[in-house]
Amino acid sequence: MDIDEVRRKREEWDRKCLKPFLEKSGERQEKFENLSWIEIDRIYDPSDIEHLNFIDDIGYPGDFPFTRGVYPTMYRGRFWTMRQFSGFGAAEDTNQRWKLLLKEGQTGLSTAFDFPTLMGLDSDDPLSDGEVGKVGVAIDTLKDFEILFDGIPLDRVSTSFTINPPAAIILAMYTAIGDAQGVPRAELRGTIQNDMLKEFHAQNTLVLPPEPSVKIITDIFEWGIENVPKFNLISISGYHIREAGSTAVQELAFTIADGMAYVEAAIERGIDIDRLAPQLSFFFNSHNDFFEEIAKFRAARRMWAKIMRDEYGAKNPRSWWLKFHTQTAGCSLTAQQPLNNIVRTTIQAMAAVLGGTQSLHTNSFDEAWALPSEEAVRVALRTQQIIAYESGIPNTIDPLGGSYYVEWLTDKVEKLAWDYIERIRKMGEGSMLRGVLAGIENGFFVKEITNAAAKFQREVEEGKRTIVGVNRFTIEEQLKIPILKVDPEVQRKQIERLRKVKAERDNVAVKEALDWLRSAAENNENVMEPILEAVKAYASVGEIMGVLKEVYGTYKKPIII
Amino acid sequence: MEEREKKIRVLVAKVGLDGHDRGAKVVARFLRDAGFEVIYTGLHRTPQEVAMAAVQEDVDVVGISLHSGAHMTLVPKVLNYIREYGGDPDEMVVLVGGIVPEDEFDELKAKGVDGIFIPGTPISEIVDFIKETVPKKKGMKVKS
Repeated sequence: MDIDEVRRKREEWDRKCLKPFLEKSGERQEKFENLSWIEIDRIYDPSDIEHLNFIDDIGYPGDFPFTRGVYPTMYRGRFWTMRQFSGFGAAEDTNQRWKLLLKEGQTGLSTAFDFPTLMGLDSDDPLSDGEVGKVGVAIDTLKDFEILFDGIPLDRVSTSFTINPPAAIILAMYTAIGDAQGVPRAELRGTIQNDMLKEFHAQNTLVLPPEPSVKIITDIFEWGIENVPKFNLISISGYHIREAGSTAVQELAFTIADGMAYVEAAIERGIDIDRLAPQLSFFFNSHNDFFEEIAKFRAARRMWAKIMRDEYGAKNPRSWWLKFHTQTAGCSLTAQQPLNNIVRTTIQAMAAVLGGTQSLHTNSFDEAWALPSEEAVRVALRTQQIIAYESGIPNTIDPLGGSYYVEWLTDKVEKLAWDYIERIRKMGEGSMLRGVLAGIENGFFVKEITNAAAKFQREVEEGKRTIVGVNRFTIEEQLKIPILKVDPEVQRKQIERLRKVKAERDNVAVKEALDWLRSAAENNENVMEPILEAVKAYASVGEIMGVLKEVYGTYKKPIII
Repeated sequence: MEEREKKIRVLVAKVGLDGHDRGAKVVARFLRDAGFEVIYTGLHRTPQEVAMAAVQEDVDVVGISLHSGAHMTLVPKVLNYIREYGGDPDEMVVLVGGIVPEDEFDELKAKGVDGIFIPGTPISEIVDFIKETVPKKKGMKVKS
């Protein structure tokens, strides 16, 4: 196609067709912007993507730069993993919910922990009062894990763990369960989130300071490539950055920057990047702006492939893959007219699938009110199944590839993300690891995200952004959705179980393991083996984290509004 | 010195282990823009720390943000500690924001909470509520 001819035709269309029409009837808005405040044009044509080269920038799935997907057959081979995040109460409650989800056709497990576990505290800690088992399952010792995985064969189900400061402890517990079930460690499959950098930017599950946090993550890498080679040792997460109010561009840029920081930390440790790379995974949000989300996923793959191959010199094509989990946007759910959330979630889930996700969590419609009820979880899972089995979307790979708009937007989002990455690299004087740490220290990430959140909220308040059922199309309504209540006895029962475990375990073995851990941490050695030893001796999450806190100190986040 | 109008002082607090601070920070910013004097506690405060801040800063409004489901335990604790430290929560406007199931509204109100604001609440609604309720609740220390 001759681009000059396209331009001529476009100019003629503008003049003869568009202009007279606009004179009669204007457009809804003067300016159209997406959720990242990128201005969107009326229409896109080949001249907008003239600078893109099909072979180098778009290409074929399973091949560099993987814009269209990491696998050559994508969902024609197998669907994405339908992985609903769940957990509440004591281990028994969550075990029961998991068995229900597996029966309903879910293909992977994903664990929500309660706040004390997420923060590395035991259920009997004074700070845990009122929070035990509330937003996820309470885990104190290996005993709870044994109950959690009762009747769930680790060689057949993969499990994801949203856990950060105590990630090493949870990986050790999972390994211990596998050992007890007789599953070879090389067969264990799953994911630990283990991404502390985004905790400092957004999610705020903060225990140790940034540098020791990165040190322990690198320990996990070093141990994991030797011991659990099929396990994702990190899930580099943009999800929480987005939930905290960032734009799609910021989510992409900061996540990729964090990924680069972890890779640099591993290289500094002397880890072979081609061995580590297949055990890295990513986690993104899928929000309401349909095409922007698809563009973001496609851009992420293309960026990571270039980074791994060209910046870090990974040789194995497998190392260039960015594989990712997606969760629909929790922050987009409304408490008002909650059934509308099913529609939002469907749009977001479709974007994730059209963007080539490897696994997906769809939110339940009642989550602006409480943890989801069984009925709401079922609808969320069915949403994925309808997209998979009824919509026809998965039958061809990257169906939006080649769309003038989607290709233009993929390129635009990528360019804007690179700009951020270069700013971060500058803060680190050439090092992404130092740059990200500097950005945590000087508040760069928090300020960027908070400003975007405030700007968005201002537009909602002013009615510039419509949220259906919230600032337009509102009704008076009575809540009719059933709400899941967590048994108020959970805390008492959990504390009782912890006391019993502590009374029955071999306390000498616990002390020896914890002493070993302390000495490893003090001497800058890898902490994974001592943690595994402590876990197997039924040391509690709080005891193990306690040792790490004593050695490394704790972190208090500076207050930035 | 005659002070025509004393600014309403608002404490925005994150209590407990929950790290979701988007709502608290955006609300704090908007309340400040609306002309209130705003003190934000930062993350992960204990009920004691929040209560101490409320008493020491002599605030008119205590806004507690939680997304952890722990409101039934932590909010009453904050109010009890305010009393213990010599403050009077009945003279303060107590607000709760975040994920609160509707069927717990009455119980929270019975425990001394004046207003509950769920996700999606326009912040202008919170501003109006504060402007309306503060004078009612404590006869507002407006000097004339």
